[in-house]
Amino acid sequence: MFKRFLWLEWKSFFRSASVGKSIGLKVLLIFLALYFSVAFLFLGIGLYPLLQKSFPDQDPLQLVNRFVLLWLVFELGYRFMLQTLPVLDIKPLLNLPIARRKAVNFVLIKSIYSFFNFLPLFIIIPFGIFCIYKAEYGIWNLIGWMIAMTAITQCVNFLNFIIKKKFTDNLKALIPAILIVIVLAMLEYFKVFEISFWFGKMMDFLVLNPYLAIVPIILAIALYKWNQLNLESKFYLDAGLKEKKQDADTRDFVWTKKFGTLAPFLQQDLKLIWRNKRPKTTIYMSLLLLGYGMFFYPSDNYQAFEAFYVFIGIFMTGIFMINFGQFVPSWDASYYPMIMSQNIPMKDYLSSKAMLISFSVIILAILTTPYIYFGWNILLINMVAALYNIGVNVPILLYAGSFNKKRIDLDKSPFMNYQGTGAMQWLVSIPLMVVPMLIFWLLNFFIGFEAALIGLSGLGILGLLLRPNLMEYIAGVYRKRKYAMINGFKQTGE
Amino acid sequence: MITATNLSKIYGGTKVLNIDHLDIPAGQSFGLVGNNGAGKTTFFSLLLDLIQPTTGNIFNHEITVSQSEEWKPFTASFIDESFLIGYLTPEEYLYFVGELRGANKADIDDFLANFEDFFHGEIIGRRKYLRDLSKGNQKKVGIVAALIGNPKVVILDEPFANLDPTTQIRLKKIIKELTENRETTVLISSHDLIHVTEVCERIVVLDKGEPVKDIKTSEATLSELESYFSGEVGVTQAEEL
Repeated sequence: MFKRFLWLEWKSFFRSASVGKSIGLKVLLIFLALYFSVAFLFLGIGLYPLLQKSFPDQDPLQLVNRFVLLWLVFELGYRFMLQTLPVLDIKPLLNLPIARRKAVNFVLIKSIYSFFNFLPLFIIIPFGIFCIYKAEYGIWNLIGWMIAMTAITQCVNFLNFIIKKKFTDNLKALIPAILIVIVLAMLEYFKVFEISFWFGKMMDFLVLNPYLAIVPIILAIALYKWNQLNLESKFYLDAGLKEKKQDADTRDFVWTKKFGTLAPFLQQDLKLIWRNKRPKTTIYMSLLLLGYGMFFYPSDNYQAFEAFYVFIGIFMTGIFMINFGQFVPSWDASYYPMIMSQNIPMKDYLSSKAMLISFSVIILAILTTPYIYFGWNILLINMVAALYNIGVNVPILLYAGSFNKKRIDLDKSPFMNYQGTGAMQWLVSIPLMVVPMLIFWLLNFFIGFEAALIGLSGLGILGLLLRPNLMEYIAGVYRKRKYAMINGFKQTGE
Repeated sequence: MITATNLSKIYGGTKVLNIDHLDIPAGQSFGLVGNNGAGKTTFFSLLLDLIQPTTGNIFNHEITVSQSEEWKPFTASFIDESFLIGYLTPEEYLYFVGELRGANKADIDDFLANFEDFFHGEIIGRRKYLRDLSKGNQKKVGIVAALIGNPKVVILDEPFANLDPTTQIRLKKIIKELTENRETTVLISSHDLIHVTEVCERIVVLDKGEPVKDIKTSEATLSELESYFSGEVGVTQAEEL
């Protein structure tokens, strides 16, 4: 049966409308995966000698154990952003003699083989072997440790599965969990209750009693079961309907009337975002990622390299632009023929998208103003980045959108409805962030900070001035690609 | 006035549509019949510029549809569910289409009052999204949306399929009223010979993309069509497009 599922996936990948783009991105991803594998492997090999040298009076294994919890939180974070969970189009399978459990197991077992689960092994195994040879632990003690760490990695995998699912289904259910994490982090920070220390102690205890490796294994199995039951209960066509058959939300967004001819389109897009899970997630994502700056601004290391702040500025003010804009016009895929045959000039259609995205940039830019706490240069850079986003990146994304021919199913059943949060999506957006960073860096290096700011904002203003002409051009490209798009959007499924 | 000249569409070496010349005068109610794969939807898609012709052109009131968007303001259509926006309520959808066609909310409310019968109390004011309606009710919304704003050309693909008998009868009445004053050109495709002979004054039969019959509807038309299609049985193995 698993072979059949794999066969189905193979076909759907190679027969998809966007196979060329998918293959290109896959190749790039494989290179990145290789790079990270090698980097982790070197870290794994070098970790023991490095720790021994830097902290000669401490046991490297205990030191590592101390940081396991922190690593796990970090791992959960990047998995949440990057790991694409396997999806399965269940509708055609429902009336076939396929046990529900088999389909669910397929999805879950496939996730076990995710690259993200192998990455930590590149550290765990070399480090474990070093410990066996160099430290005074028994072989079994470290085999127990390695098994435990591997099992914990799988726990993170399945936990991420649950969190991603909840994130799209029912955001409120996550609030208690987030609160607990925040409280624990605070307690740790103020050294009231250092959970990472106690977690480390627990890992030390596990090393002394290797049979305890069974505990994380049981935990991993329990999480697997949780996922299994959770997904099985969603394995119905109407799983989504049961909850949402309530009253339709009839908010009108009347204030959009001010925008004249574009008003109906803007209203349309706002409803699109507000009433469908996937685009709605992009809003939560945008708000969540406003905190991204907190990782970098407090540290003085970056103050010397301000070009990096441009990267953060573009990212924070443009996160909605990246997440929403790169899928224009796929959002409208399910009714694209209507858009094409109704009385809608292509230019108006695109202008309303551009306007919506520009608004999002302005709002996000305003929300980043508190970062002035970390320096006026940060505020200036963020504002300039926003201007650059509106002037340059918005047209670029819209232009790139003309190559989209992959359908987005807005009302897809809630089973596995987390398309669109994966490594691919971020990869596409790298040029949007790196190019302005380079421009800034060059100008800053050769002329000065002010020149760099003026340079970037100049480009942004130029883009704004040319906006009507650019839109005319882009609309022309869309008109040319229209037939390919209509045809591509007709394809359903992954 | 719609004119197709030298129009053909080829998919992978197979000619799915081939029309030398076809004139549809303004105000005509025009019916297109044919088996699966005869090219009915292909013709409508070409007329709406949703696909590109391999050769030839279609002119909608002297506008070449594949070269200009000027035909859009006076042409309305409903082909399939891909013409509906699933996350809107029927009212919102109709208001949206209204706005695109220069009609405000009050106009649309007046307009919808004529269709109370047709909607049968199942559509307006039910606070449901279009995607949650049944196929038949979705279709009703799509058809009514295609009539908003006095379009000069109305294109309906298989409007009778999926509708209940009562609604079919009401729809026939609506179409007849629409063409009464001879200002609106209505193009309809159908598998149902009875319906199409009832509402259309002219019927063209397509077979494997070729127009094989062009009939001015009369009392004898239905039996003529029936004998044509029963003669076809077993001879044609048309493919679904």
